[in-house]
Amino acid sequence: MRQIWTIAIREFRAFFDSLIAYILIMVFLGLSGFFTWLFGADVFLTGQASMQPFFAIAYWTMFFFIPALTMKMLAEENNTGTMELLLTKDISDMQVILGKFLSVMFLVMVALVFSLPYYFTIAWLGPVDHGAVLCGYLGILLMSASYAGIGLFTSSITKNQIVAFLLALLIGVFFLIIFGALASNMPGALGKIFSYLDVSSHYQSIARGVIDSRDILYFVSIAALGIFLAQTVLAKRNITK
Amino acid sequence: MDISVENLTKTYGPQNAVDNVSFKVNTGEILGFLGPNGAGKTTTMKIITCYMAPSQGTVKVGEYSISENADEIKRRIGYLPEHNPLYLDMPVIEYLDFVARLQSVPKGDIAQRIKKMVQLCGLDLEKHKLIGELSKGYRQRVGLAQALIHDPEILILDEPTTGLDPNQIVEIRNLIKEIGSEKTVILSTHILPEVEATCDRMMIINKGKIVADGAPSTLRKQAQGSEVLKVTIEDGVPENIYNKLQELHTTKSVDIDAKRSNHFIVASNAEVSSKRSIFQLCVQNNWVITEMIAVEKSMEDVFRNLTLN
Repeated sequence: MRQIWTIAIREFRAFFDSLIAYILIMVFLGLSGFFTWLFGADVFLTGQASMQPFFAIAYWTMFFFIPALTMKMLAEENNTGTMELLLTKDISDMQVILGKFLSVMFLVMVALVFSLPYYFTIAWLGPVDHGAVLCGYLGILLMSASYAGIGLFTSSITKNQIVAFLLALLIGVFFLIIFGALASNMPGALGKIFSYLDVSSHYQSIARGVIDSRDILYFVSIAALGIFLAQTVLAKRNITK
Repeated sequence: MDISVENLTKTYGPQNAVDNVSFKVNTGEILGFLGPNGAGKTTTMKIITCYMAPSQGTVKVGEYSISENADEIKRRIGYLPEHNPLYLDMPVIEYLDFVARLQSVPKGDIAQRIKKMVQLCGLDLEKHKLIGELSKGYRQRVGLAQALIHDPEILILDEPTTGLDPNQIVEIRNLIKEIGSEKTVILSTHILPEVEATCDRMMIINKGKIVADGAPSTLRKQAQGSEVLKVTIEDGVPENIYNKLQELHTTKSVDIDAKRSNHFIVASNAEVSSKRSIFQLCVQNNWVITEMIAVEKSMEDVFRNLTLN
């Protein structure tokens, strides 16, 4: 457990040392602020004391944000050879992956903390459903965890960060758009499967304040699958071809 | 801690990178690992350090085996991989702290260990710099420092002096010798004199198999075979000298050096020396020996003989 923490802290620090953290947080907050207050279905247009506009834009920004964070995590280690250095220390493959996963979640939390002023402002402007807001943040965290799992997997299979980033986006697009499109075009059982695989329904239900175990299971499963697959890829070095 | 490599094999597709290799390294020994590129040195080291599993065979470190107690083994090994991979974006001290934590150095001891490593490896002036800002020699020292920080009983160093300037090489070698006195060390290198300077024992690997194993002086003697002398004899007729030299019962063959007419290369029969017989010959004929040098087979020759086939 301590090892996971050591890795997580190092990665977290590296985000800030490399300015990645600052840039992404600024972009995230910039876009969030713009679409929550100034443009589209913003708070002033809808006239509702709700954080929904914020959660709606976060749905899209996280899709880009997370792969940008995870792209270097394993790909760079593969590329520079530090993976060998890391894995010959007293640490397991899984601990390395979990440590990196945790660092991404920490950074997401930091970004979300900076959005709290939106919440306080809206609460001051009108009667806000606090439970729904809490759920909305939970939804973002769960969705981020899923994207992080996918991102770590794509980072593990390549030495090239751009490839890792694009593959994560590609896989993300399936969950974000393609499964939804397939679901609406297919009747019966197949349609239902695709409908379950589509992110939007799960995210929206949590964002509205409904915590359903099926939705939580959905996000957690994807995250776990990504992490497990990343570990499998790392274990390939032991196989005799 | 002893290291015992038993019937180690690692196969990549049709090739055996490591082919049924077995050897033992005793506590306190410094073993030099030599071989052409692609011979299997790095693969063997990666298996011993538990980075990857072998296709067959096993390695035992002390009483621990790589298949069952990998974590125990990893704790006791300090490893400097080929190309010395480092996190270039981290400051030296922060990096050493990170490694110390990973290697389970007790929290209270970390600061002290870092200080000691910085001192030992001569990093005092560079310790606040980012690793990416350091020159190759200093990066190599950081690599060594991270391998030593948890005071491991075993050191595995893959080409530790590559790319260093002659001064740095001497320093690193002395460092390794100093540290190696209480630890078990395996180091791989292409630099043959380095093996003689630093190692108690040397092993040559070629195409995944061990082709030589012994103390550098022993190996050189084995490869040497018979004695070879370079002599310059003056005050005589070269053909005459040549014939007389060949007639000596201790000599096996004589060559004339084409560039210098009085210079001969005399190979003796096995187990005998021609030094005295040549001297006697010259005395008898009133020739003057102006030069007599024993040709020692260089380590390069030993290496080439064993690896070019």
